[in-house]
Amino acid sequence: MSDKSKNSPIWEVFIRSKNGLSHSHVGSIHATDNEMALQNARDVYTRRAEGVSIWVVLSSDIAASDPMNKDEMFEPGSDKIYRHPTFYDIPDEVGHM
Amino acid sequence: MYTQALNDPANKAATVAEGEEEQNVRFMARIDADEKIEPNDWMPDSYRKTLIRQISQHANSEIIGMLPEGNWNTRAPTLRRKATLLAKIQDEGGHGLYLYSAAETLGISREEMEHQLITGKARYSSIFNYPTLSWADIGTIGWLVDGAAIMNQIPLCRCSFGPYARAMVRVCKEESFHQRQGYEILLALCNGSDEQKAMAQESINRWWWPSIMMFGPHDTDSTHSDQSMAWKIKRISNDDLRQKFIDATVPQAHFLGLEIPDPDMKFNQETGHWEFGKIDWDEFKQVLAGNGPCNRERLAARTKAFEDGKWVQEAALAHAKKQAARAANKEAA
Repeated sequence: MSDKSKNSPIWEVFIRSKNGLSHSHVGSIHATDNEMALQNARDVYTRRAEGVSIWVVLSSDIAASDPMNKDEMFEPGSDKIYRHPTFYDIPDEVGHM
Repeated sequence: MYTQALNDPANKAATVAEGEEEQNVRFMARIDADEKIEPNDWMPDSYRKTLIRQISQHANSEIIGMLPEGNWNTRAPTLRRKATLLAKIQDEGGHGLYLYSAAETLGISREEMEHQLITGKARYSSIFNYPTLSWADIGTIGWLVDGAAIMNQIPLCRCSFGPYARAMVRVCKEESFHQRQGYEILLALCNGSDEQKAMAQESINRWWWPSIMMFGPHDTDSTHSDQSMAWKIKRISNDDLRQKFIDATVPQAHFLGLEIPDPDMKFNQETGHWEFGKIDWDEFKQVLAGNGPCNRERLAARTKAFEDGKWVQEAALAHAKKQAARAANKEAA
């Protein structure tokens, strides 16, 4: 690997594609500071009016869940089927609920 | 997330503990179930290496591909042609960047890939070692070279590696403008004077064979194909893609009133395919080995851009460091 301090750091780019939607991840770019990161993100990811707002964040500042621990991490979300509306029996006569 | 934080040796230790073989079995089960592999997921070293080689080569092709077209920026016949050519070249630069960042998720830095390109350790598509001698070549490149690239890239949108597949979706959307841009240039020439039409024909004569070589060697001679197919990096074989491209392209040439420079080209009514003549693989190998018309020129241009741009990178980094230090001082005071 090359000397990292001599390379410009990687930033993750998030774009709001239109008003009312949330920002979503589109890819990454290299830049040395906030301003350059925003300009590079605009040039690389919005050449065709793909967005109305951009967030950039240093990749190294992101904490990510480890895919190796995926099962333990997300198990509490999948074993509680009573969190879903279909778990409950409601007679048809009641109508839509 | 694309962060490299998890691609560190500490993770490797866990891998060894569990046993490479079981990991591999689980990995192949995921591939077979058409799951996407993401950067921080476990993957065999050989899968990682294959992807780094392929994606960086692909990125390099986009970047080097800007050079033959850049040759005509200042000589485009009208302002409209100049604006569209500039936009197309800018797209190619963007495609290179999408691809470099997809490769970076595998643990290689962009600087290292750049280094591999200018030292000749990493390749780029040999098509870009041919010169652009006439304005018609800009049309032909859009129509044939980008057309062949699209044919190659569409199945890559379904590639098993998530970041590569997602980059390809963006690239494919943008490439269709490139191909139409090129075909329109040729249409204008073919509807023009006899000289203009002759210019278009002369251009096709030079670019046809190199374009169909872009799909790579025949399936029987392709060294990496089987493994890449099993890993679902590659979805359709070289020969099948080449045939698809030829079937789509020959009628487009006829619409222009141009001849394909292949005397053996004929339509087979039974199969519904265009049959073509023998490809000169010696030429392909020569260009790949560095002996094409422009190999040295392309690498020299890339090296010059890299060297001449170095101070900008250094200055930007120094500026960022100074700003950060100042901000820290202010906070401390």
